[in-house]
Amino acid sequence: MTIDPIHQFNIEPLFTIGHIGNHTIAFTNSSLYMLVAVAVISILMLASGTQLVPGRLQSVAEISYEFVATMIRSNAGAEGMKFFPLIFSLFMFICVSNLVGIIPYTFTVSSHLIVTAALALLVFFTVLIYGVYKNGLKFFKIFVPHGVPGYILPLVMFIEILSFFLRPVSHSVRLFANMLAGHIALKVFAGFVAMLGVSLGAIGWIGGVMPLALTVALTALELLVAFLQAYVFAILTCIYLNDALHPGH
Amino acid sequence: MAESHGGAKGPTAGAHTEADGGHHGGGFPPFESSTFASQLVSLAIFFVVLYVIVSKLALPRIGGAIEARQNKIEGDLAEAQKLKDQSDAALKAYEGELASARARAQAIGNETREKLNAQAEAERKALEEQLAAKLAGAEKTIASTRETAMSNVRGIAADAAGTIVQQLSGVVPDAASVKAAIDASLKG
Repeated sequence: MTIDPIHQFNIEPLFTIGHIGNHTIAFTNSSLYMLVAVAVISILMLASGTQLVPGRLQSVAEISYEFVATMIRSNAGAEGMKFFPLIFSLFMFICVSNLVGIIPYTFTVSSHLIVTAALALLVFFTVLIYGVYKNGLKFFKIFVPHGVPGYILPLVMFIEILSFFLRPVSHSVRLFANMLAGHIALKVFAGFVAMLGVSLGAIGWIGGVMPLALTVALTALELLVAFLQAYVFAILTCIYLNDALHPGH
Repeated sequence: MAESHGGAKGPTAGAHTEADGGHHGGGFPPFESSTFASQLVSLAIFFVVLYVIVSKLALPRIGGAIEARQNKIEGDLAEAQKLKDQSDAALKAYEGELASARARAQAIGNETREKLNAQAEAERKALEEQLAAKLAGAEKTIASTRETAMSNVRGIAADAAGTIVQQLSGVVPDAASVKAAIDASLKG
């Protein structure tokens, strides 16, 4: 018996929607879990009550709201609240799809680089376009830090520009790699349990306790990582937007 | 494509066996570019749907609930503050009233005391005057009585002297000389 830790990342087309050029556009398992994430978020945010004294579901919805709102205010200032729907959508989408992805036999949307790259590029272009639209050429002051001596300024500017354009790379790869690595590790350790049990009989069953315990611990860790990576993605979005809102410091 | 079925089902060891995904060429699923278009299209559709739901429905709804609660709490606190201010004002008014009533009571007491004192003084004065008048009358009566008594004494003395002289000498003395002698002795 072999357990393939990569199999869980396969994209399975469920039905074909249409064609763009010579690409076949299919509704895949990934699409299904995107739909699940959107549905879960919509249920959470729309089916919860709006009572004066909140119930459980309403508390979760309000805590999410306050959590993201506080994050934006403290990292991008009050003007950052313009981007509240965007950052809230990003955070909730990544958080819910990551958390759903921990359930066995499900698919994790953010374990595919193309998805995280698309989200990171969305943030990158939002920052770039809004920054130039709002500040004009002053936006490019973010590449010229204050108080740097003239003779190393070209070097610093080169590093700043490079880091700016590498932002979407680190932004997307961080989320993708965390989700991918975590799920592979989970699958590998869970696979050990079954492989030991099948191949070594009774001794294997006893020996399987260790990787099973590790799988349980890793699942807990992955729950944390699922939330944390969504948080990191959202807070970096806030920090990048802060550049667009307040360039030059 | 051809080897994928056998590879996945068979008991062969091999960490990167291709699952029965059919149409992908072998390799690492996240880097299979044939799936990119489908993923991007679904992501675009679902993320836009999510963004619209979040920005048009969810956030106004939850934000409204939070704001309503905030307003309610602030309103209640303001109401409580208003009631507290009212009770403070009532307490202050009560204390002021009490103080003025006390002052008024004091004033009335003082006034009454002064009036009564003045009345008592006037009565005392009238009584003293009355008494003084009575005393003067009594003194006058005493003096006139004494005078009368004295004049009676003179008469009696003259009679007694006349009688004594008659008894001793047998001569009835001249009434006028007796009187003169008595006056002289009374003066003496």
